[in-house]
This record gives sequence, structure tokens and C-alpha cells, in this order.
Amino acid sequence: MIDAEEVKRIAGLARIEIPVERMDDFTRKLQQVIGYVALLNKLPTEGVDPLAQVTGLTDVLREDRPSSFPLWRELIESSPLPKERGQIKVKSVF
Amino acid sequence: MDLRQLNLSEGAEGLRAKRFSSRELVESCLAEIERKKELNAFVSLTPEAALAAAEAVDRKIAAGEEIGPLAGLPCALKDVFCQEGELTTAASRILSGYRPPFDAVAVERLKAADAVFLGKTNTDEFTCGASTENSCYGVTKNPVDLTRVAGGSSGGSAAAVAADLCLYALGTDTGGSIRQPAAFCGVPGLKVTYGRVPRSGVISMASSWDTIGPFAKTVADLARVLQAIAGADERDSTTPRMPVPDYLADIEKPLSGLKVGVAREFFGEGLETEIEQVTLEALKNLERLGARLVDISIPTVPYAVACYYVLTPAEVSANMARYDGIRYGRALQPESDDLEAHYYRLRGEGFGEEMQRRIMMGTYVLSAGYYDAYYRKAQQVRSLIVADFNQAFAACDLIAAPVSPTPAFPIGEKAGDPLALYLADVCTIPASAAGIPALSVPCGRTASGLPVGLQLMAPQFAESLLLNVGHVFEREAGVGV
Repeated sequence: MIDAEEVKRIAGLARIEIPVERMDDFTRKLQQVIGYVALLNKLPTEGVDPLAQVTGLTDVLREDRPSSFPLWRELIESSPLPKERGQIKVKSVF
Repeated sequence: MDLRQLNLSEGAEGLRAKRFSSRELVESCLAEIERKKELNAFVSLTPEAALAAAEAVDRKIAAGEEIGPLAGLPCALKDVFCQEGELTTAASRILSGYRPPFDAVAVERLKAADAVFLGKTNTDEFTCGASTENSCYGVTKNPVDLTRVAGGSSGGSAAAVAADLCLYALGTDTGGSIRQPAAFCGVPGLKVTYGRVPRSGVISMASSWDTIGPFAKTVADLARVLQAIAGADERDSTTPRMPVPDYLADIEKPLSGLKVGVAREFFGEGLETEIEQVTLEALKNLERLGARLVDISIPTVPYAVACYYVLTPAEVSANMARYDGIRYGRALQPESDDLEAHYYRLRGEGFGEEMQRRIMMGTYVLSAGYYDAYYRKAQQVRSLIVADFNQAFAACDLIAAPVSPTPAFPIGEKAGDPLALYLADVCTIPASAAGIPALSVPCGRTASGLPVGLQLMAPQFAESLLLNVGHVFEREAGVGV
């Protein structure tokens, strides 16, 4: 069962800051959901292949045609951060 | 009758006969949207663009040009359909102010059909919810009873069609988000086969479950909209190259000889008595129309919600990783000192509580040490659900069930209880797990006048059958909008 420490660890992985005053309520509600899905353990699944998608499609390929994407300038403009020489300027990684 | 009250068939016929113009249709809808703004169905409007598009269609008609069945007829898009230059925010603060530089494929196709877009409709944030209460714009009220939810996550689209704010609308259905609001608001809504309509340009929630589909005033209108948006596209590699049939061709076919499966698992405890009664009456009506009811069993139905709430949060957590305050959205104020702090604060402030819960749940079930116990296990369960449906369809042509265990519930009733909201999806999730199409068609009302929907499920790519049965049912035994 998940506790506050575990919730902090997961929040770290998910890069989401959960305010201290909301931690208890958040942990409780998450516990409820995790507790509920344990129901799946009642269903025997030995030898059953896990299903990743329902189309049955495999190896959907297309021709490797070089082309230039016409909207790259517009996509970079979607960013709220400063731009330099066609690149988005971010805070240092370390 | 006001123009906004027309359905697509009537609208198209009237435009061709020059009884009214597309511009007048748009004006009628815009006036009603203003009168009924309390519903909070729309989160953004594009009146100038709509009128310009309408006038372009009116010019075509005046010049004697041939126009298609959707030309000049006002519609609405759920706030997750990217539309070039127009606000598309997934009802989330994290995408506040976002204007995509491209159209979703579904939008492209409607534009090619001379569609007229009135604006974006309300949704739960990133389509995560069953009541539209998780929207950053506040809840959408049910037009039938303003104290109740319109359902979710496509609550805005359902309410807009039900309240005659537009003639049809697009929504998405991942675990019931078209079918349930359709049932709650008393309009027909269609969840298509996974892969029937390309998802490119529609903001993703759970990539192996998301589908795109229409709300309209009649089942035949659903067919008209589906005709325009269905079909494979190179930009979405999950769209099988299945031909698109003429969805109206067999829509009048009589129901004699049809085998309708009734699975006892959909009628379990938790189903409100009134809903059960109205649904069983609908089944009797199908029998009167020539169908034969067949007892079937789908034993994994009671596990479908648990399966869904392991797999979809996992996919949600992956899809939400891109919302980093770098690629799109508003700048973080004040700025952070470093990148990591930037992510934590931006995502902490930008995502609502339910989104944070789903992302955390997904991160948890995918994390080392838990992957096999939860995620892999749920994928195995999904396999079993698919197998159950395949077996069921060997004994019947389609499956009938309630859409929701309750009618539209009061606003706020389930808001503090995530699990209660999740369990509300019990009737709709199984079809989503199997990737099969399902229709919600109005079939009656509760004693207090709340709409009830009948759910019909069919094998993959059998939308024609659903539309046929739904249309005949609606004509003979359904409740008008």
C-alpha cells in the first residue's frame, strides 16, 4: 500500500510539485484507487498474452522520403520561452 | 421553429431549397449560445470565422454549385481538436492561450466538406473525467436539469447539441466520454471502432483507447458526420486500411432476424432500478421490431474498470510528459532557477488535481517493481476482455446494455470521490477495452424526466449495423430530442 514517502517519490518521477498541505488528502485518494485496482489479482491470467493494442496491426511502415517540415517555425513559436537562431532557450540542465 | 432546432438532413435540404442561408443558421445558433451561456457548454467561440465560412457556402449555393451534406451547417468541436490559429486548450491551465499551427485530420476533413465551426466545447481536463467537473472553465450544466451534470468528458458537445446551440458536434470517447454525456443529455452519440477515425491533431489522453466521434440530433445524422471523418490516414499509423462504407446505405434495413445479446454482467448491482426498467423496456421494443434477445455472458465486465484505471493512467502519464512549459503554453512566472524546479512548479500549477492523480497513478504502475504486478497484469486482463467479446459475438449480432448505472447526477455529488466517478464508467469501459464501436441512443426518461440512453455494441468496423439498428429504434421506439 502506498504511503506519503512513496507519493513523494512518484511525484518526483512525474515532475509534479504537490503542496505539503494537500499531501494527506492526495495520498488518501490515491490509496483508494490503488486499493481498488488490486481487484485484478482475483482474475487468473497465467499464460495469457498481454495486449498492447486492439488493431492487430504490426510494423506499419511508410517510405523513408526526406522532406522538410513546413511548420517548424510555427511550432517553435508555440513556445513561451526565448528563441535564438531557431532554437528554444531553456534553463541549464545542471 | 428556429433554424438552430433543425437537424442535418433538414438543414441541408433547406439550404439547397434556398429557404434560408447558412449565415442565418449560424446567427440562430450564436444567439442561442448567448441566451444559454449559463450552460457553459462553449469555452471559446469563433463567430467571425463561422460567419465567413457560412457566407462562402452561401456564395456557392447562389452560384448554383453542388454542395455536400454537411456544407454550411454549424457544428462545435470539443476543446481537444486542434484547429489552426484557434484556441485549443484541453480545458487545462497548462495549455492556456494555445493556438495550434495546424488542423486535426478530422477538422481538415470537415473543412473540406464546407463545415462551419462555431467554437470549442467544454471537457474534463485532457478528457479525464465523467462529468466535465474537472474543467478549468467550470462544469457544463445539463440542459434538461441545470442542477445536474451534462456528463463527461464531452459534456460541452453533448449539451450544445441537446440545447440546439449547434447542429452536431465532435467529441472523443476513451472510456465512455461520448456515450455517457449523450445519454445524460438525451442525444445520440457514437463511439467508433478504435482506428476508424484518425486521431492526428486531437490532443491525446490514452493512445490505445482514444476514439473520435459525433454527437447529433438523430442517428442518421451521426452517419452523415461519420461519413465525412472516417478512413485511414498516413499521419495516424493506428488507422487500419479498412474501406469506409456508405453509412446511410443500409440504415433502413428492418430488424427481423437480428440477434441482440444481453449480458447479465451489465445488469448487476449498482444499476439504478429506474435505469434498469427503462432499458429493459427498450429491449422489449427491439423485440417488437423483430429482434431476438439472446442471453450471453461477458465474465470479465466486473474487472474492466480496474483494468482501465491501471492502463489509461499509464498512457496518460506518458502523453502528459510533453506539457513541460517549454513546447507550448504560458510561461512560468516567476521563472525558476533551474530546469528541474521549472518542471515541478509548472506541472504542479498547470495540471488540475484529477490530472495529477492520473499522472501519478500511471507513473506508479509503470515504475520498477510494480510494472508486472499492475501494468502487465492489466494488459493480460484486457486480452481476456477482447476474447470475451469475440466469444459473445459468436452468439449474437450486437450487444445491448445500459450506458450508465445512473442518470445525470447532481453537480458536486461525486466531485470529491474519484473512485465513485470511476465506477460510473462500468457500462461503457468494456467496449473501449475491446476497441469495438458502441452507440448511445435515447430510449426514455426517468420518472423525474432525466434522459436514459440505450447502449448498442457491435464488432469492430460494424458501425453500419449500429447506425441501422439505432435509426430504426429511434424512429419506432425512441424519444425525440
